[in-house]
Amino acid sequence: MITRRRLLESASAGAALATMGVPFAEAAVPGMADALPAGVRGEATLEALPGKKPLIKLAYRAPNYETPIEYFRTPITPNDAFFVRYHLSGIPESSDKSIDPKTWKAEVGGDGANGQLTLTLDDLKAMPASEVVAVNQCSGNRRGLFQPHVPGVEWGYGAMGCARWKGARLKDVLAKIGLKKEAVEIVLNGADGPAFDKTPDFIKSIPVWKAMEDTTLIAYEMNGAPIPHLNGAPARIIVPGWTGTYWMKHVVSIKAVTKPESSYWMNPAYRIPVGKFPVVAHFATQETATTTPITEMVINSLISSHANGAKVKAGSVTVGGIAWDAGYGIRGVDMSTDGGKTWMQATLGQDLGRFAFRPFSLAVPAKKGKLTVMARASNAIGQTQTSALIPNPAGYHHNVMHRVTLDVM
Amino acid sequence: MRTLTMTRTMVLLASVLALPALADEAQIKLKDGPGRDKVEGNCAACHSLDYIPMNSPFMSAAMWDAEVNKMIKAMGAPISDDDAKAIKEYLTKNYGL
Repeated sequence: MITRRRLLESASAGAALATMGVPFAEAAVPGMADALPAGVRGEATLEALPGKKPLIKLAYRAPNYETPIEYFRTPITPNDAFFVRYHLSGIPESSDKSIDPKTWKAEVGGDGANGQLTLTLDDLKAMPASEVVAVNQCSGNRRGLFQPHVPGVEWGYGAMGCARWKGARLKDVLAKIGLKKEAVEIVLNGADGPAFDKTPDFIKSIPVWKAMEDTTLIAYEMNGAPIPHLNGAPARIIVPGWTGTYWMKHVVSIKAVTKPESSYWMNPAYRIPVGKFPVVAHFATQETATTTPITEMVINSLISSHANGAKVKAGSVTVGGIAWDAGYGIRGVDMSTDGGKTWMQATLGQDLGRFAFRPFSLAVPAKKGKLTVMARASNAIGQTQTSALIPNPAGYHHNVMHRVTLDVM
Repeated sequence: MRTLTMTRTMVLLASVLALPALADEAQIKLKDGPGRDKVEGNCAACHSLDYIPMNSPFMSAAMWDAEVNKMIKAMGAPISDDDAKAIKEYLTKNYGL
């Protein structure tokens, strides 16, 4: 238990410093929503992790840092502003041989495969490369806005980002080992792990059908650069359309299995109640009578051109943001300045593909006083955002229409 | 890895401790009160203490109970019954409803 004692020492040293009156950072991160728990608004700070711009620090260890809204004015989120999310605090350093690009390897096999192989980064890069622009969003993005609040990481709007991912198709890797017809899921594990060895390691699975889609990748590049350390270097799984929980960072193990994976992180974690959300993409081998794994993202949009409470000049103001869904395709974004009684169609911007953030904007008339603007996205299969929160115990799938109130001068 | 050896865990921990951001954990100051030492001594072994104020002040006694029980039963935290009781009381009194 040497290491545990070291951690305890470090924690008590920290507490001692604090009681000795060493000044600690005043919180008050600008722009945090009033609807968030008072505790997170008081505790959050803007801080830069190595290689990152200052992000909104919600928790140091395991690190959970969200992207400030101003970075969502473009459909691509810069690598150094991309959110960081870990469940467990055992994160290898970038020089650790488990994730050093020179020594990294992934074991591919499992009882649902005919063979097995060890992949190096060179092996991966020698395979046909594929690119996809896709949104990586935490299942619990906006959890902090739930009313009543639910426990967890109390995210605001920024537990998401959109990047151009490049890598090998997972199906091409699986073709090398050959899947048995009995294979039901592909189980993924990363080089990171728990601080304490009794804690369940973060292990996830996806159904074989999802693993075989052309857009499901083992990526080694993000926006034309190597994947940043805290976003899953040197290789992570990309599951476009599905929430971030399946996008295994630092992936080192890929197994085809004939029985459903039963890790803590598959059940009871990451579950939504059956029948509450419009699930198109079913994960049949994991469904129970009452719960089903969260799978695809719900349709959503965010106004990012202005912070809530921003001052603007009377006349006309162009308000905009980004919209996204599970890959069915954003068909339109409507905006309202009268609380949703009447709607105006926004102009859609650059289309980087069906899994990407889609920009939208609209010039709206602005009379002196308060102006509240709402956005509502809709997609090619007729889904739209909700006006009333859909409660669920873990605080997933918040897609209540976003609204921003401007101060028109 | 499903079966982390202690050596492996130690390597991971050494890596975590090297993250510069960890220095800032010293800035977290929980409210003073009976049981704070138990919280710091147990909870901080696996996670920074900012998880506590982040989840406040909306949790009832029953919700804090459930959270501590989850850490013990699901996450394997080796917390004694006495400490668990003190932790639940501290959290409810200082970070509860």
